[in-house]
Amino acid sequence: MAEPVLDIKGLRKNFGALKATDDVSISLYPGEIHALIGPNGAGKSTLIHQICGTLRQDQGSIRLAGKEIGNLGVAERARKGLGRTFQISSLAVEFSALRNVMLAVQARQGSSFRFLRPVRSDRNLVDEAMDRLSRVGLAERAHIPAGELSHGEKRQLEIAIALALDVKAFLLDEPMAGMGPEGSKVLTGFLAKLRQEAPILLVEHDMDAVFALADRISVLVYGRIIATGTVEEIRRDPVVRTAYLGDHA
Amino acid sequence: MISREFLINGVLALLLLAVPFIASAVGQPFTITLATRIAILALAATGLNIALGLGGLVSFGHAAFFGVGGYVAGILSSHAFSGDPMIFGFEGSKQMLLIWLTAAIVAGLLGLLIGVISLRTSGVYFIMITLAFAQMVYYFAISWPAYGGEDGLSIVVRNQFPGVNTMRPLTFFGVAYGALIVGLGLFAMIRDSRFGAALQAVRQNEVRVASVGISPLPIRLTAFVLSAMMTALAGCLYADLNRFVSPSMLSWHMSGELIVLIILGGTGRLFGPVAGAMLYVVIESALGGITERWQFFLGLILLATVLFARGGVIGLLAGKARHG
Repeated sequence: MAEPVLDIKGLRKNFGALKATDDVSISLYPGEIHALIGPNGAGKSTLIHQICGTLRQDQGSIRLAGKEIGNLGVAERARKGLGRTFQISSLAVEFSALRNVMLAVQARQGSSFRFLRPVRSDRNLVDEAMDRLSRVGLAERAHIPAGELSHGEKRQLEIAIALALDVKAFLLDEPMAGMGPEGSKVLTGFLAKLRQEAPILLVEHDMDAVFALADRISVLVYGRIIATGTVEEIRRDPVVRTAYLGDHA
Repeated sequence: MISREFLINGVLALLLLAVPFIASAVGQPFTITLATRIAILALAATGLNIALGLGGLVSFGHAAFFGVGGYVAGILSSHAFSGDPMIFGFEGSKQMLLIWLTAAIVAGLLGLLIGVISLRTSGVYFIMITLAFAQMVYYFAISWPAYGGEDGLSIVVRNQFPGVNTMRPLTFFGVAYGALIVGLGLFAMIRDSRFGAALQAVRQNEVRVASVGISPLPIRLTAFVLSAMMTALAGCLYADLNRFVSPSMLSWHMSGELIVLIILGGTGRLFGPVAGAMLYVVIESALGGITERWQFFLGLILLATVLFARGGVIGLLAGKARHG
């Protein structure tokens, strides 16, 4: 098997006596969607914070494309190729959708200390940002301030921003949340293709989407991974059924 | 398409330019001084507007940079006047261009020092730390007898600008106005650039900026230093206008005044500081003649602005800012 793109090994994080992350290991291979599921309070958010760098792990390693990133800051990890979307949309709300994406293009080109040229006439930024917006179907909303977009459009914009980065691994935190059935369907189709560009670690509550998309699933309960396997293996796993899936399986 | 804000900015710029000439023609020389004061305060506030308006950094210590600019002008000028060497046999200077350059460097370094420490905090802590640094500079100036201490330092003859006679009020206004226009140009350039995009995004959502791979701290620090440098330039001109520099330029009242100018005019707007300075100086001179308590009325206007017109004068006239 190929080398994993994102390789998390033996991650631990305690808050006092609470083991929020308890010896978690997850690997993400090229071309795959690896879904992370688990009940509320299982420690998914804590785990994501550690992968992104907003929280520092107590123990363990996080490797991206073979390089340790577990001791880097948020911005450095992003520059190394970790593209994330947020559970609750996190955008520059006064900027238009286009300028939000342009910021990502600018970051990828590695040149935020330029003072002379106005960005609005910089074809390098505008054209590429428009292209990313078109890919998620937001081209017509390019000039609307991000704060005025609908909930679903904000989710799409988050993905467009991630697309503008030079991403080695996507980390999508509940991209389906609040999308509605039609939106979820479109997004599911989109993500299915996106895995070809970079593998996706998908944290999601929408089980229909998870079962439709995931190549592998890891189940997180009380900070521990209790099972990892294909969709069929997870559906059949008796431990998972009692712990989490219930009627869904 | 020419936007409404562009037109309003043009009108304000022309108005400020026209007033001293009209005043000169009808024999009201004091009005020229008022217009010069407006231009200089607007430049100082434009400097602060880089940090506060674009970057959301509420610095309550910009008087430090304003005053440092003033003291650089005063100190260099006094040495050139008396002939006492300063350091390394350097005898000071009465050339504005050299003074400005020195002030920008000194204020830039001071801004770097203050910024490195205070930008590790945010919100009310940032406000308090910048205030604390400014107060340190203030008390340092008071307790430094070599340059006047509490009494301040006089600039006997106004410093020189190549090719013109700065002792003529109208000419000196021209220098200050020119500096303001250049300052506004720099502000607009910074705002529209890639750096400006990152800076404004940091104000709106720091996490978002970090998540695309831009570290917020260097962006903020650079903005803070640039901001300090421009405010220091205005400080040089202010010292030359009054031909006097004293610790009052460094006091926290001055820092507050600069913030008030920006809020009155429109935070983050190109001509916000200009509109704010106009309003401020007009209120000061109109009401100041009637009552010593004119700041009470300024307070009312500020209150009304914060409650009902968050975008300040420019926001009221030109509508909400749009970011393409």
